[in-house]
Amino acid sequence: MQHGKYRFIVGFLVVPLALYTLFVIWPFVQSIYYSLTDWSGLSPEFGFIGFDNYTRLFEDEIFWKSLQHSLTFAVVLPLVTVGFALFLAFMLNVGGRRRKGAAVTGVRGSSFYKIVYFFPQVLSIVIVALLFQFAYNPNSGAINSFLKAVGLGSIQPDWLGDPNLALICVMVVLVWSTVGFFVVLFSAGMASIPRDFYEAALLDGANRFTTFFRITLPLLWDTVQSGWIYMGILALGAESFAVVQIMTVGPNGGGPDYSTIVMPLYVYQKAFRDGQAAYATTIGVALLLVTLAFAAVVMKLGRRERLEF
Amino acid sequence: MKTTDTPPTGDAQIPAPRAAEGPAVTKVAAPVKEKREGGVLNVFSHGVLIIWAIMVVMPLLWAVMTSFKTDRAIFTSPWSLPDALHFDNWSRAWTQAHMSEYFLNTIVVVGGSLVGTLLLGSMAAYVLARFEFPGNRFLYFLFIGGMSFPIILALVPLFYVMQNMALVNTLHGLILVYIAYSLPFTVFFLTAFFRTLPTSVAEAAFIDGASHTRTFFQVMLPMARPGLISVGIFNFLGQWNQYLLPTVLNTDPDNKVLSQGLVQLAVSQGYKGDWSGLFAGLVMAMLPVLAAYIVFQRQVVAGLTAGAVK
Repeated sequence: MQHGKYRFIVGFLVVPLALYTLFVIWPFVQSIYYSLTDWSGLSPEFGFIGFDNYTRLFEDEIFWKSLQHSLTFAVVLPLVTVGFALFLAFMLNVGGRRRKGAAVTGVRGSSFYKIVYFFPQVLSIVIVALLFQFAYNPNSGAINSFLKAVGLGSIQPDWLGDPNLALICVMVVLVWSTVGFFVVLFSAGMASIPRDFYEAALLDGANRFTTFFRITLPLLWDTVQSGWIYMGILALGAESFAVVQIMTVGPNGGGPDYSTIVMPLYVYQKAFRDGQAAYATTIGVALLLVTLAFAAVVMKLGRRERLEF
Repeated sequence: MKTTDTPPTGDAQIPAPRAAEGPAVTKVAAPVKEKREGGVLNVFSHGVLIIWAIMVVMPLLWAVMTSFKTDRAIFTSPWSLPDALHFDNWSRAWTQAHMSEYFLNTIVVVGGSLVGTLLLGSMAAYVLARFEFPGNRFLYFLFIGGMSFPIILALVPLFYVMQNMALVNTLHGLILVYIAYSLPFTVFFLTAFFRTLPTSVAEAAFIDGASHTRTFFQVMLPMARPGLISVGIFNFLGQWNQYLLPTVLNTDPDNKVLSQGLVQLAVSQGYKGDWSGLFAGLVMAMLPVLAAYIVFQRQVVAGLTAGAVK
């Protein structure tokens, strides 16, 4: 198979590689270089200023806010989403009425539930954000009018307009839109666990809860861990940008009073609103470090001996 | 990340219908005790599951319902059914609010980039999976490295790269960028897939005198179809729903794609007070995707969950 092999390899790789290098790799490399300059993005001239942008980060209060909110997202969102999804997947797979001789049984209609739970995953995050923005509307939104209707008219929060609630409102939307995906993912993992394991546990007198914690969860560990990282990267990246930028108040989102600003949105605002492209890439580099650190911590904490089955 | 239980043939990731009913153990062990535990748990789990199902479906149904109401009714009684089906909301959104143009732009961009992604992605993946050459590993990791970096970091310089090439605010520029940013996952997924295909068929074709290129297009690509479908669905939804890239790189009002258009609609209809038109637009964007999902449910789930096992 040597004949013309290298010509073929080069011929097949050149276009994808050129496109990928030009639009992905090259901008990444450039952004690290730009973070050491005073480039505004508006004019082609700029000078090299060393680590000035990085020292500026330390004094930038809004940057610290965005970092704090992004870290909150990266810790809270995977915890809530993965935890809740595991709970629902557990209910789907073991909550069934006990059938003859079955150790654990799935509920009736579990495939129906899975179809419904997956709905938000196929919808654009934009649609989800706009729907919830309207639901959160303090005057005539669905949530406050529901509260009125059930006799809780005295509780009419300002939701996205309240600096103390806005961030939570945003997180609720992200949880709502991602839980179903993980339910389906974990259910598939649970279904691939051999049934004799449950049989054996049952003979030893274990009940459903014990089997979940002693059999299902350990065997599902790899899936849970990758789901955890997946959710964290999503919470640090484009998804949180879209939800915050669309839903929250203020020009380009992040309000009220920067109470919902997250790192990717701050990068966007600095680069394309304030004309501080170099400083924006500096924030971007910080975001890259946070993302890598997050993945490293999860891998480290989640390290277990791999169970083959 | 998993070694044993998920071959990358999408289908395997969906539990078989039997498995969805829960692991049904054979009649060896028949527990007589704890009969009631099962009953209570069953009621509880159905309760929880139904509540969450309602919470998922409710906002969507509410949006559909609202899209048929008058603006006055939306504000005065958000939860009541519409007094009549106001289809004029829909026609207003379709024509005046430019929804038709947004749809067309999105179809052009996603169509072009999906074909490009699958073609270029499978070419690169095939070479990386089946040929030994110096630098193979390096290129592979260069490609998949792109999966874990925050896109926003590259976007600032990317904007100016594209501006210099006169690609900003053009649909073909957006297509090229979509392809470039879809390559990491596509190459990763398809490389694994091509490795699972038997080598003997390609060798036989080659011995029969087919060139490498011909072997790829006439023998390997048809064999890789299940993998192409999975990764194609994954990319289709990702590109159809893409918001970050067009927001930065495509700000020309005439070229807006659907996701941007909806945000634009929310702003402009908000000024006009035309909320019913906005909801009609939202539902219009929502229904085709939901309908396609329900029809191709198995493939969609397989395609999307494949993305998490990276």
